Amino acid sequence: MGPPVINVRKLWFSFDGQPVLKDVTFEVNEGEFLALIGPNGGGKTTLLKLLLGLLTADRGYIRVFGQSPRKVAYRIGYVPQDIHINQNFPISVMDVVLMGRLISSRARRRHSKDDKLSAEKAMGELGVWEHRDRQIGDLSGGERQRVFIARALVTDPEMLMLDEPTASVDTKGQGEIFEHLKQVNEKVTVVLVSHDLMMISSYIKSVACVNQFVHYHPEAEITAEMVEMCHCNVDLIAHGLPHRVLRKH
Amino acid sequence: MIDVFEFEFMRNALLAGLLVSVICGIIGTLVVVNRLVFLSGGIAHAAFGGIGLSFLLGLPVMAVTLCFSFVVALILAGVTLKAKHRSDTIVGVLWAVGMALGVIFLDLTPGYNVDLMSYLFGSILMVTHFDLLVMVVVAILVFLITGCYYQDFLAMSYDEEFARLRNVPVKPLYFLLVCMIALSVVVIIRVVGLILIIALLTIPPYIAEKYATSLRTMMVFSALLSCLFTSSGLLLSYFLNVTSGAAIIMVAAVGFFISLLLDRLFTRRASMISVSMDN
Repeated sequence: MGPPVINVRKLWFSFDGQPVLKDVTFEVNEGEFLALIGPNGGGKTTLLKLLLGLLTADRGYIRVFGQSPRKVAYRIGYVPQDIHINQNFPISVMDVVLMGRLISSRARRRHSKDDKLSAEKAMGELGVWEHRDRQIGDLSGGERQRVFIARALVTDPEMLMLDEPTASVDTKGQGEIFEHLKQVNEKVTVVLVSHDLMMISSYIKSVACVNQFVHYHPEAEITAEMVEMCHCNVDLIAHGLPHRVLRKH
Repeated sequence: MIDVFEFEFMRNALLAGLLVSVICGIIGTLVVVNRLVFLSGGIAHAAFGGIGLSFLLGLPVMAVTLCFSFVVALILAGVTLKAKHRSDTIVGVLWAVGMALGVIFLDLTPGYNVDLMSYLFGSILMVTHFDLLVMVVVAILVFLITGCYYQDFLAMSYDEEFARLRNVPVKPLYFLLVCMIALSVVVIIRVVGLILIIALLTIPPYIAEKYATSLRTMMVFSALLSCLFTSSGLLLSYFLNVTSGAAIIMVAAVGFFISLLLDRLFTRRASMISVSMDN
């Protein structure tokens, strides 16, 4: 693992007077594949948005690549949850993916050939190239999520942040996506929010359980403490088969 | 029917309709996809305060109304960004206050009373060469700005969060859009009037959205539909001797219902076909 790329210290965040995240402190190193798990409403998505600079903390310290999140957000590929985006919007899959190529300098007005090649490559890897001319609203949930992942990949990121990227995808599809993420992880740090441990456990390298507080564990293992703290879905974990997630006890 | 176009006022009116259609096609599309319809209504009705003010001060109507509308637009843009959950209310307040101010300013204006109706319902038949010139300038401006920043507007409209991450200047762009709405609204008030502005800004894009495959085609299709509605509405008002602005909106409304009907017919056919295929 390389040097820390994310540094969070004593972070507090509340929304509308209600505390969402309390006294969060953890570090993420370069090359990690971190899973953020925890119950719904526990603050996983909020934490991600704070790391991206989309939200500002009430108190505390966040550094991504050693700088304040907003300054470096363009170096991160973001895959949002599928729910918030307007599905009737008139836009093709190709144009959605090409959005990832909007760079900080506003000099160019149109997408170049390189942009289109990059989009083609990413869409091919995610298996959505065949849908490139279709309207985004006509795709299934799983296909749409792949498109968003492709969009994040064309940004040529140093880090990927994914918010429930496989929520609508079937098991086989999930496996394919995670295999691909594993490959990507060879060069890129990955932070992934998921509520489903079963699938991700064989790919992840570290885990953080988020439930207002954050309990970070630098191994792909859930400790008894975490389970207690965040009421993680214990039922899905079995000893040794096909992945060992719980420490032997 | 061709002799209708021998009248200069009819030719001017038609041209005004076409120019307004170009503006509405572009701005209306951005308004509808960004869900700014209520905001646009607020700007439009508040503009009435500017109209009243111009008469009170004895200054050119278009200029004063534009300045007034820009101020209102900037306030509304600021409020909708900073206090989203209260923006509905503030839009409503400025909507009402703007109109009330306009009426009071007119009451206080010495001399004969200006014909309110021409601003409430439009006076496309009284459009002057100067008005047309202003509309051409606004249409070109809107076209150029949207063309220049198309990718940014597209990104902001489709996925604002992602756009922010890509360093798209979302806040300035939003203010720019709201100012363009104010500009367009002041110019359109001439044609269809204050009461009916919202219809012309929203009906064509609403229909176009169903069939468009990109934001660009949605704008083009909206503009074409708008042209169709203004031209036929104009001709209809001439032959039936009714208010032109209202006639245009009624044609648009008919278009709206036809589009709804076609939609329902086609989805029912599609589901019937799939049901029969399953059996």
